[in-house]
Amino acid sequence: MQQPGRAAEIKAIGIGKSFGSFRALDNLSLNIGRGEFLTLLGPSGSGKTTFLMILAGFVQPTEGKLFSDGTDITDRPAEQRAAGMVFQGYALFPHMSVEANIAFPLKVRKKSAADIKKRVGEMIERVGLTGHEKKLPSQLSGGQQQRVALARALVFEPGVLLLDEPFSALDKSLRGQMQAEMKRLHQETGTTFVFVTHDQSEALALSSRVAIFNHGKLLQVGAPDEVYDRPDNRFVAEFLGEINMLPLKGVKPADNGSTGLCEDRAVNMHCKAEKVRGDAILAIRPEHMSIAREAAAGENGIAATATASTYLGAATKLDLMTRQGAKVTVSVPNEVAAAALSKGNSVWLTWPAEKGFLLPDGGQ
Amino acid sequence: MRGVLSDRMGAALLMAPLLLFLVPAYAWPFLGVVKWSFTLPTPGLGQYEALLTDDLVQSVFIRTLRIAAIVTVVSVAAAYAITVVWVRGSPAQRLIAEFCILVPFWISVLTRAFGWVALLSNRGLINTWLQSIGFISEPLTLVRNEFGVVVGMTHFLIPFAVFPLASAMRSLDDRVLLAARGLGSSRMRTFWTVFVPMTRSGIIGSALIVFVFSLGFFVTPAILGGGRSVMIAELIYLRIFQSPDWGLGAAISVVLVLFVGALMALLFRYVRPKQLI
Repeated sequence: MQQPGRAAEIKAIGIGKSFGSFRALDNLSLNIGRGEFLTLLGPSGSGKTTFLMILAGFVQPTEGKLFSDGTDITDRPAEQRAAGMVFQGYALFPHMSVEANIAFPLKVRKKSAADIKKRVGEMIERVGLTGHEKKLPSQLSGGQQQRVALARALVFEPGVLLLDEPFSALDKSLRGQMQAEMKRLHQETGTTFVFVTHDQSEALALSSRVAIFNHGKLLQVGAPDEVYDRPDNRFVAEFLGEINMLPLKGVKPADNGSTGLCEDRAVNMHCKAEKVRGDAILAIRPEHMSIAREAAAGENGIAATATASTYLGAATKLDLMTRQGAKVTVSVPNEVAAAALSKGNSVWLTWPAEKGFLLPDGGQ
Repeated sequence: MRGVLSDRMGAALLMAPLLLFLVPAYAWPFLGVVKWSFTLPTPGLGQYEALLTDDLVQSVFIRTLRIAAIVTVVSVAAAYAITVVWVRGSPAQRLIAEFCILVPFWISVLTRAFGWVALLSNRGLINTWLQSIGFISEPLTLVRNEFGVVVGMTHFLIPFAVFPLASAMRSLDDRVLLAARGLGSSRMRTFWTVFVPMTRSGIIGSALIVFVFSLGFFVTPAILGGGRSVMIAELIYLRIFQSPDWGLGAAISVVLVLFVGALMALLFRYVRPKQLI
């Protein structure tokens, strides 16, 4: 955050924030690596935006410390931190042209007129706004306004770029386009990006790491495939995508991970039974389960009956019910779904041992 | 369709009492004034010719414009400061600002003008106090001149300048201000380069309201000007009631109304009436 052109490394230690009796953020510790693309993901009111505002310096934490490149910046006002920030709704200066908006942070820093002109010109070209320099924000489309906001936040080469749900106002196709653009800008600038969203697919597609928030708590941080495939708890598992949960009994460590009883059949998991013993929940993503005529010896599988199907084009979503009444959804090739439904009787649901993971029973 | 129609009928019904009052009490008599301006003392354009040549009338017109301009600048600037506190201050600050804005409405313009005389006259509070601390030896002339008129009018008009400004400041998106600070701009710089330009429509509306009001002021300049800084409304009064020169008085009135009408037309080109409340 102090040396321009150099990505910042941020360390948050025990950050908490209360608004009156409302606990917005609780004991959050997190390291944000130099040049990383970190996404803060969670439902509204989970504390992710509060944390972003604390990073920007707009909100003062009730407790905890914040370091940037080893310097304590907890009490430093926003204008001295100068993190680049893109707001929800862009927050462009409505009375200034595109050019003047982008030049604003450079003017504040008292750069020479020639330097400002050069850097604004480069930035306008980089975000594809050539020809719109003299227009007012109100004369631009949503996507173009978004580009101005990005250019304005990046033009002074901040150590970190903070983005607060920047795409929430865009339609789906534009969203995809802007996501790709943002990924490119991240690679080109090498700056640390901290991105807030409530859209899990956006988070998984863009980030080098995802931090999942709920009720003011940071639940898990990890690479997208890590949090998707090996969530620590039920909330993370469910928030990141559809998931099947089957009750599991007698969980214990085994040679190659762990083992337990699922609907009276022995099943194996590669994950270790570290946090759970006895009763637990076995969680498997729909795309990791398949339909078979029967389960081979030693293979994970339980019997179920198909109840309904939803045709999705590339695949079919099939709803099934196990013998003991658990509901399961699988994503299977269209012809497999048709066959399973037409038989009307029992099929086998199977899954590889490395794709099932354990969650604590009951609670979140 | 029915909804729209009944809405319009409803609006017409609500406006009817005002129109029923304004037409006979204002519009009709004003047409009479227009008629005098062309017929008294002799039919023709003589009175308008006199307007263009009469030195006294012209100097009063110029003084009126000058006082109105000064009052506008001072009132809008002062109102801007109060409004910032009223709209963006802490709850306690808001309460104090609200009090300062609303209380003046409860006191009549006449009372306030005499109040200022008591404060500003040669043996008034301010001169007595300044003399007693030895700051001045002779009393300052603070009243019966343009200074007194400007003070009294500004004091009266500040609350009116507040409302268009408040409306503009309330509609401002806080995130834009945060964005400016996040980009490295100090509070001061953010205020001047972002906040003030974004409330431009409020400033224009506020200034035009104060200016138009100032042009027609009668009581305050008559009392605080002490006959020495006569403004246009007082001149009309003098022409009609003291030197029975009804034709000239009527012609000045017509010119004033046309001028104010033109300013109002200008006002509504920049701001919609809704923004002024």
